[in-house]
Amino acid sequence: MTAIGAPTGLTQGSRTKGGIGESTLRPDGVLKVTGEFAYASDMWHEDMLWGQILRSTVAHAEIVSIDTGEALATPGVYAVMTYDDLPTDVRHYGLEIRDTPVLAHGRVRHHGEPVAIVAADHPETARRAAARIKVEYRELPLVTDEATATAPDAVLVHENRSDHHSGHVPHPNIVHRQPIVRGDADAAAGRADVIVEGDYYFGMQDQAFLGPESGLAVPGEDGGVDLYIATQWLHSDLRQIAPVLGLPEDKVRMTLSGVGGAFGGREDLSMQIHACLLALRTGKPVKIVYNRFESFFGHVHRHPARLHYEHGATRDGRLTHVRCRIVLDGGAYASASPAVVGNAASLSVGPYVCEDVDIEALALYSNNPPCGAMRGFGAVQACFAYEAQMDKVAAELGLDPVEFRRINAMEQGTLMPTGQPVDSPAPVAELLRRVKAMPMPPERQWESSEGADVRQLPGGLSNTTHGEGVVRGVGYAVGIKNVGFSEGFDDYSTARVRLEAVGGRPVVTVHTAMAEVGQGGVTVHAQIARTELGVAEVTIRPADTRVGSAGSTSASRQTYVTGGAIKNACELVRERVLETGRRKLGSHHPAWATAELLLEGGKVVTDGGEVLADLVDVLEDEVVEVEEEWRHRPTEPFDPRTGQGDGHVQYSFAAHRAVVEVDTELGLVKVIELACAQDVGKALNPLSVIGQIQGGTVQGLGIAVMEEIVVDPVTAKVRNPSFTDYLLPTILDTPALPVDVLELADDHAPYGLRGVGEAPTLSSTPAVLAAIRDATGLALDRTPVRPEHLTGTA
Amino acid sequence: MDFLRPASWEEALAAKAEHPTAVPIAGGTDVMVEINFDHRRPDVLMDLGRIGDLTEWEVGEDSVRLGASVPYTRIMENLRTELPGLALASHTVASPQIRNRGGVGGNLGTASPAGDAHPALLAAGAEVEAESVRGTRRIPIDAFYTGVKRNSLEPDELIRAVHIRKAEGPQQFSKVGTRNAMVIAVCAFGLALHPGSRTVRTGIGSAAPTPIRATAAEEFLNAALEDGGFWENGKIVTPSAVKRFADLCSAACNPIDDVRGTADYRRHAVGVMARRTLTWTWESYRGARRTTEGAA
Repeated sequence: MTAIGAPTGLTQGSRTKGGIGESTLRPDGVLKVTGEFAYASDMWHEDMLWGQILRSTVAHAEIVSIDTGEALATPGVYAVMTYDDLPTDVRHYGLEIRDTPVLAHGRVRHHGEPVAIVAADHPETARRAAARIKVEYRELPLVTDEATATAPDAVLVHENRSDHHSGHVPHPNIVHRQPIVRGDADAAAGRADVIVEGDYYFGMQDQAFLGPESGLAVPGEDGGVDLYIATQWLHSDLRQIAPVLGLPEDKVRMTLSGVGGAFGGREDLSMQIHACLLALRTGKPVKIVYNRFESFFGHVHRHPARLHYEHGATRDGRLTHVRCRIVLDGGAYASASPAVVGNAASLSVGPYVCEDVDIEALALYSNNPPCGAMRGFGAVQACFAYEAQMDKVAAELGLDPVEFRRINAMEQGTLMPTGQPVDSPAPVAELLRRVKAMPMPPERQWESSEGADVRQLPGGLSNTTHGEGVVRGVGYAVGIKNVGFSEGFDDYSTARVRLEAVGGRPVVTVHTAMAEVGQGGVTVHAQIARTELGVAEVTIRPADTRVGSAGSTSASRQTYVTGGAIKNACELVRERVLETGRRKLGSHHPAWATAELLLEGGKVVTDGGEVLADLVDVLEDEVVEVEEEWRHRPTEPFDPRTGQGDGHVQYSFAAHRAVVEVDTELGLVKVIELACAQDVGKALNPLSVIGQIQGGTVQGLGIAVMEEIVVDPVTAKVRNPSFTDYLLPTILDTPALPVDVLELADDHAPYGLRGVGEAPTLSSTPAVLAAIRDATGLALDRTPVRPEHLTGTA
Repeated sequence: MDFLRPASWEEALAAKAEHPTAVPIAGGTDVMVEINFDHRRPDVLMDLGRIGDLTEWEVGEDSVRLGASVPYTRIMENLRTELPGLALASHTVASPQIRNRGGVGGNLGTASPAGDAHPALLAAGAEVEAESVRGTRRIPIDAFYTGVKRNSLEPDELIRAVHIRKAEGPQQFSKVGTRNAMVIAVCAFGLALHPGSRTVRTGIGSAAPTPIRATAAEEFLNAALEDGGFWENGKIVTPSAVKRFADLCSAACNPIDDVRGTADYRRHAVGVMARRTLTWTWESYRGARRTTEGAA
């Protein structure tokens, strides 16, 4: 028994609490669950105006005229702006290709495209004024799929393209195309004992973050603007915003405000430029907050995809070849489409050994809603299809699906289709073995002494079955995701770390531009600083553009890259502190010169544990501050014809086993359990790691059974822009989520860590699909699966 | 927009007479969504929240008089015995927060075919108590729904209460949605056995322009039960009769294809729910008979 108040040992260089490997609690956690956290939509400024965006009501049309007279005459309205009112010649933006007009010019290319903006002294006034803007459209023919995009007489979504992909694409309505050819797929097909083909469709998923797009732009006295914004990458925004405003980047001061989730949906700009334009025009602070309806139009979605696959295998279960063609619908503007294409192509075979491949991935321009980044980024669509194929081939060979995957599982040293060797642990077979070995959830858990517990059954509280028609199924899947930005991108982060003595205690301040979007970066970054500098008290400063870029909070990269930058900056700080110590105190103890020195528990200690000095005595009044950029290993572009190249930084792997129960008569699904095993290299914060894995798993479940933005094929208009009809899993749809975390270090990465956030989103969906196929015996070639697909009533 | 807050029922009726276009709001489940989505801009909004007796209910000899604003949560907690079908339906409405606010009066006022209460009201048998400064009338539930989101209320009338027959036999309610909670109906089905009158009543939601009863199915089943002496002998209803009943319920549907589901699926699902709810209620009826006989 521990006695409270009993003396404890003096801290003698024992490890600093709250360092890496501990499940420290996130500083924003309690605030968020109690509703105290200030999100971007909660901001307020004295005398502020409210901005409102008028969006197109049609998907593709020429703008014949815009009449803003009545809107401007509305009392309370301060400004109405259209394309013609933009202050400079830079009137487009975009992540890679600047093809997106700030406000529509002469033409709208998708349903919900911004046409005009209004600032008024009340949000309702702004809404009503926007509704009074008269826009005359002359509708144009629609591009909605590959056939209409590449037809001989196809309307060009973007004329006169000059971007760096325009030269190599087979048609101007194709944003980017990436082939990958390795070995000889034709010859290999000749060796195959079985060949299995399949066509698959992946529906359009929304990030559905809970905090809608919002921000506050405050005009500065110097003619600049301060923008408080919920985003994923401040500096990327800045580079796109400043030229449109005609301001140098240092006059657009950006600060991250409370972000309510992102999942890729905040990589592109939404209302940033609009709010700044209105603030600069009116001289007043302007706040813009989307409502849920507008949010469905205000950010890009996950690319829907059509995928054709051909797999061959020998009788003994070895893959001979894979041929595939992945057509992603990028919608009206490029957004992240080129990079999504690169991912889809390079990861299209999955975590398997296959020497002979013939791969093509491309993204279309169309008049559908723009699509771009979302958790899993091109790898998700591919995984859904190749895992369905792996099950089909296994069935054809009479092999157990897990055994078939084990036979073909890649390992460290395997070459990717791009020719890149996987040069860190790739425990694909082990992850599958682990999920398969987990105990099965008991059968018929719905049975109780008081009859059926409908909450445990398909349909849940809707009381559709008491066990009738319910069949169990089990499915497995495994996936591979790249970590960090690829294809030669200069993917760096910047960290500023300061160490000083305050009130007799050593204190560390970490300043980066890393966007905390809920992933837990602020928690893990403080853990890194504690570990490296041996100081308990760490303050993470608000992210802003007063420090260098941290890169995007995407691609599972912030723990790796900004974490790496903080580790590196801490190491430089430590060197300087020890230098100071040697200078000031070196004569007091020979170990200053001879021993390996560490900072632990607020002290300078030798690697043998002997305390040499208190940090505060070393520092005295000195402030040690370092700001440094940090880069992971460089990557290179994929060859435009063969797709060969060391394009990725790191790979991450996760495997799932899904257990579902399907009401086969009504086509309703209850996922009973989704077990996951994932290799994370090193769990810097085990609780956060499990949270990421469970969250990614549920997001994958959503796309398996319910989440889909439905676009009308005739009008290209969104049919379900609300949470009434775009369904997300509730807690009753969320099964037990056992997680098995593997920690096999990647020697190239800080602490050996591996990016965690995306891999679980990949394999979750195909595992659920496989389980539903197992329960129903149906082929199921699209996701999400809806009741009509399971009952022959589609 | 004018916002009226009558302090009493009489004031509300007077205001409604003066402003026939006034939209009454109680829980706001439908009205607030329509306003937020800008689907509706009423000139006058009339808040019924100050009228206390709308949230009260009385259990009478044969029926329950349910105030228009009694929240679904209260129905689930307090009227499970008297109104089992409606209690089950209430449990499927949205989220706990909305069930704490919303009531049957709003469902009736909106008269959406997807309203969760309708199939249960149709199956149980109910009358809507509508009132205006001109007087009170009771509208049989079968005559209440007149079209898509239209009902037989006069412009100056307000819904004060619903009179629902107390259950004298088992009742069931099933609803299909594409997630396991907090979902709007793709289609729904209510069924009530009325041993006293030896009749079965049904209600179908979201599978026709209005909530409907499957009248032909009811007539078929009533005759089949009567002819076979099932009400007395408590035998298992023959599978062929159950199937015929389910088929007739499907046939009663006149659904559309929309973003929530296909017409074919709705027809199919209504048939499955009809078969299952008939089986559940009839099993329960037989069980109750056995218990009664055993005690006698």
